[in-house]
Amino acid sequence: MDSAAKKRRMGLQQRKEARQGFVFVSPWIIGFLVFTAGPLLFSLYASFTNYDITSRQEWIGTQNYATMFFHDPLFWKSLHNTLYYVVLSVPLTTLGSLLLAVMLNQKIPGMKVFRTVFYLPSILSGVALYILWQMLLTPGSGLINVMIGWFGVDGPAWLVDPVWTKPAIVLMKLWSVGGGMLLYLASLQNVPEQLYEASEIDGAGPIRRFWHITVPMITPVLLFELITHLIGAFQIFQEGYVMSNDMNAPGSPMDSLLFFNLHMFLKAFKVYDMGYAMALAWFLFVVVIVLTIANMLLSKFWVHYEGGDNR
Amino acid sequence: MSTRTASGRYFQNRKTKQRLGKTILLLALIGISIILLLPLWWMIATSLKSLTEIMSFPPTWFPKAIHWENYELAWSKGHFARYTLNTLLLAAVGVISHVLSNTFIAYGFAKIKFPGRNYLFSIMLGTMMIPSFVTLIPQYIMFSKFHWVGSYLPLTVPGFFGAAYQIFLIRQFFMSIPNELIEAGKIDGASHYYIWWKIMIPLAKPAVVVIAIMTFQGAWNDFLGPLIYINKESMFNLQIGLQSFKGQETTQWHYLMAGSLMAMLPVIALFFFFQRYFIEGMNISSGTKG
Repeated sequence: MDSAAKKRRMGLQQRKEARQGFVFVSPWIIGFLVFTAGPLLFSLYASFTNYDITSRQEWIGTQNYATMFFHDPLFWKSLHNTLYYVVLSVPLTTLGSLLLAVMLNQKIPGMKVFRTVFYLPSILSGVALYILWQMLLTPGSGLINVMIGWFGVDGPAWLVDPVWTKPAIVLMKLWSVGGGMLLYLASLQNVPEQLYEASEIDGAGPIRRFWHITVPMITPVLLFELITHLIGAFQIFQEGYVMSNDMNAPGSPMDSLLFFNLHMFLKAFKVYDMGYAMALAWFLFVVVIVLTIANMLLSKFWVHYEGGDNR
Repeated sequence: MSTRTASGRYFQNRKTKQRLGKTILLLALIGISIILLLPLWWMIATSLKSLTEIMSFPPTWFPKAIHWENYELAWSKGHFARYTLNTLLLAAVGVISHVLSNTFIAYGFAKIKFPGRNYLFSIMLGTMMIPSFVTLIPQYIMFSKFHWVGSYLPLTVPGFFGAAYQIFLIRQFFMSIPNELIEAGKIDGASHYYIWWKIMIPLAKPAVVVIAIMTFQGAWNDFLGPLIYINKESMFNLQIGLQSFKGQETTQWHYLMAGSLMAMLPVIALFFFFQRYFIEGMNISSGTKG
């Protein structure tokens, strides 16, 4: 039966059902139009205007985008900071959480306690966490440098030294990789036991088993984590705002923590250059979309879906 | 021992190797646990020290004398009572609105057939890819035109219109509940509203708890929203309050740590009460995304 015929035969009952379906999803439809689609269209339009909310909005063509690329050194600085952070943090946190998950997937008494301890740091977030890490990273008497000192090495000045500010934030992120770890753990536990048994009979060692069974089996989760991590890392903002060493100059020292979103935030809410801020937002949006699509396309070569293409 | 055969020795060897491996793993797990817990201990210890002890070098691992008054002073100096109350209010509205709207919407996507349903659902999944900062500024402009800036409305109203990730999570859960239950309810004359409220929400309790916890955590730690929309000190939430407290109390680490610990405590308590659900939430989401 073709669908047109089916539709014509849609009875009273089905029409009532369909109406109710729309009622149930209508909050989302309204929310999508008002809080997502509308703002997206408006911000695209506004990025071509000179706009400060109070006075009138005037069309200035691509001037905001030209300013961005040719007249705003902080655009490049903040882009560099963000890329530096993304390149450093995404592989390290991915490896870190995967490593912890593999360790937690062994059969050892007391594993429940270890899982709790490993997961605990990741539930802590917000300003309190940043204040804690600012104390831990204090040069000299801070815990991190005290621990480094045990090995006879003088720790860097972390948040005071522009060279070390971004590694300091990555260190903090590594401390709280528990969320990703739990996802990997769940997917590790879904790997069929028979695969390991079969390969053991064939004489494969633990490292071979890891690369040839474990990794292929968890690639879908790896891809998901990679994409969400990448999108998340590009949006880093709060760390730069709260952990800068001068409250009155967010992103300090020497703009080393001026991340892209922080730059955009300051343009929008400190100097009310809204049109320009929205041009910045769209630039980053395009970068994120391109990277996400590239990731999806590349995933064909390394992501393994059980049973062919049942994604 | 000497009577063992060659193959017996092989297994013996393998067993010792395995035992050695497990011992190394156990030691590594203990080592990492200590490294992960030290920052928290450092925080607790600092919050109980005197300022002179904090400044002394080398640092002490245990406070020489316990200064409980740091907590009292931070609480009163930092206006923590007010901020906590504000944060609780925002979190409560957040949890209620998210649970109601997301289960409602997810029911429509999971259990009612209507034309275009799959298109709408795909669009919804697509919105998860949109970074929040692209809509942040236009939303601010919109709320300022509504004259909502300076009130809690921008922080609470959007919660009633669904959040893609949570709808997705709940929908996956609803999908696993058999349709026969709904059919049976309908035969008994129950409406979809009744089925959603009286059958689906109770059955989906684990998933509902997961999104409630997620929302609570999110509202408790929300910084950017209040930073943009709230300009009166009496309306600050804990995150903004803590940030301004930090501005006034630079290097007063004992107060800052006491304050930070108090701000983290509810989330830590929640974690220990609902540990099972934290882990389950991850399982639900990984099972659907994998």
